[in-house]
Amino acid sequence: MVEKATGWRLFRKTVWGRAYPRIIGLSREPSWLFFEVVIPAIGLLAYLFIYKFLGGGSTDRTQTDILGLVILGGAAVTYWLNILWMMASQLYWDKQEGLLELFILSPTSLMAILLGMSIGGLVMATIRASAVMIFGIIVFSIQFSLAGILPALAAFLITMFALYGLGMMLSTVFLLWGRAAWQVSLALTEPIYALSGMYSPLNALKNPVLVAAAGIVPISLGLDAIRQLLLPSLFDGSPFSGVLNPWLEVGILFAAGVVFNIAAYILVKRVEWLAKVKASLSLRWQ
Amino acid sequence: MSTMLEDTTVAPAQGEAQTQEAAIAASPKPARKLAIKVENVSRTYNIKIDKKAKKEGKESKLLTALGGVSLEVEEGELFGLLGPNGAGKTTLIKIMTTLLAPSVGVAMVDGLDVVKEATEVRRRINMVSGGETSGYGILTVRENLWVWSQFYGLDSKVARQRIDELLKIVELEDKAGALVSGLSTGQRQRMNFCRGFVTDPKVLFLDEPTLGLDVHAARIVRDFTQTWMKQNPDRTVLLTTHYMAEADSLCDRIAIIDHGAVLACDTPSNLKRMLQKQPVFEIGVAGLNDGQLAALPRIPGVVRVTSESREGGSGYNLKFIIETEPVIGAVVSEITAQGGSILSLQKNEPTLEDVFIKLVGRSLSAEDKEK
Repeated sequence: MVEKATGWRLFRKTVWGRAYPRIIGLSREPSWLFFEVVIPAIGLLAYLFIYKFLGGGSTDRTQTDILGLVILGGAAVTYWLNILWMMASQLYWDKQEGLLELFILSPTSLMAILLGMSIGGLVMATIRASAVMIFGIIVFSIQFSLAGILPALAAFLITMFALYGLGMMLSTVFLLWGRAAWQVSLALTEPIYALSGMYSPLNALKNPVLVAAAGIVPISLGLDAIRQLLLPSLFDGSPFSGVLNPWLEVGILFAAGVVFNIAAYILVKRVEWLAKVKASLSLRWQ
Repeated sequence: MSTMLEDTTVAPAQGEAQTQEAAIAASPKPARKLAIKVENVSRTYNIKIDKKAKKEGKESKLLTALGGVSLEVEEGELFGLLGPNGAGKTTLIKIMTTLLAPSVGVAMVDGLDVVKEATEVRRRINMVSGGETSGYGILTVRENLWVWSQFYGLDSKVARQRIDELLKIVELEDKAGALVSGLSTGQRQRMNFCRGFVTDPKVLFLDEPTLGLDVHAARIVRDFTQTWMKQNPDRTVLLTTHYMAEADSLCDRIAIIDHGAVLACDTPSNLKRMLQKQPVFEIGVAGLNDGQLAALPRIPGVVRVTSESREGGSGYNLKFIIETEPVIGAVVSEITAQGGSILSLQKNEPTLEDVFIKLVGRSLSAEDKEK
């Protein structure tokens, strides 16, 4: 028999194998550049012009920092949409296509498949987010704090750990919910724009209950932390302030990431059990 | 149109239980290691009911898909599983491939328990189903097969080499760099076929692998399966198919399954030999209505009758399995007495299809046409 990897090596191979279609897919359909970069950038432009208009066209630092805040929010939207449409719904579509059955049939772990999906999705979203950032920085001459770049990068990575952990968890939850996945994705798209402070500081929500609710979505706290680190003069209390200290937010995100990943693992086991014992989920006709 | 002139929903035909026992007894004693062992496996599904039905006091139903199936497949065998739709074939395959747990009983593949040692079993098996849509349309054929090989832990270099060899065998090498989304159904199925073999499984499950393939593509698939088995005598294939000729020509042994039970299990020639004492006649008739046709199975000595419309719609071709040759005289007399005219009459050598009709009560080809 041909030699086959087991354990960690099999896990690594699976992750790369599952990430590959998403990463290579970027080069296969150039139309994504228009739909995934140009169109969202136009949407972002609308917010930028509103802020610019409200600022009376002044060119002071606060004005550009506010535009920077919006651009960071525009980049963050990319990740949230990726979580909803390419992570949370994915296992459900895989089931519909008959792929879930083949995943379960293989000796690999479903967690490796989910992680591969996450990494592939993260690469896709990062390319789109980078395009938005570069566009904003060049066109609106945004200046981020140089000292804040490395800490913000660390905060970004922890945010992604939590966010994609949530994505993996949602993927199994949506699978269990079956046909409601599409509607849930839709329902979670627009409200999160308002709740998460994508285009305004999270503290603008004022109501502590709403802020706490928004904090459940990792992108909200992560964005708040990154904004504080990259635009420190804007968040020193005048005109805005962060919800919490950025490092406390990062700590909360790390803890949330651990919880989401463990929950994803438990739910994956539940999915496999349901598929096997209850004969549901993996079969297309059920 | 093709119909079975008996009530096919009733319990298995008279003597089938004895036939099953006899057939299993006639199976060769396993001399080699067993690749698959299924012992008294049953599988039930709980059919949920909606809220409205619950309010009406209805309770959820228990559907028995498999009822105490036992099977043994030797290493190196190409074993066929034949049965009509809903017979339990897919449930049995899903149990053997670790996708479903049996409600009762034990299933072992390559000496490993499919429930307790599922991951180890999965390393040694693969499955290809007819009409499956596996794959990522955005990838090329070669890339797609590579992705699936990674889920089994194959070294990338080895995988690519095997993929190229397999694509050549199934005459898909010119499509290796084509996107999966651009493949025809037949090409896609040949790619899926490669997916099953690329991981070099010890036991391969082929669930209707030639479904929807054209004659040429189906022959490629069959030829390669046979060649692979010859080149790898320690490998085992379990095949389900709707095509009797395919099962007859490919399989070392065949189990006929219906209503979740194995009705017979033996080599194709032994199965056909079961019918040698019961002659098979095909009679072309005209001038009989449905009611008169329905009366034919009641002629003493007739075991089974199936009917199929003749080409052009002029009458029927009736296939009779009868207890002894003289019974055909009574059959002819009855047809003419009913006002029918005999268009043709010939005695046939029993085929696997005839065995299937005798055991299951209807033909697979008739079922296909009804679909």
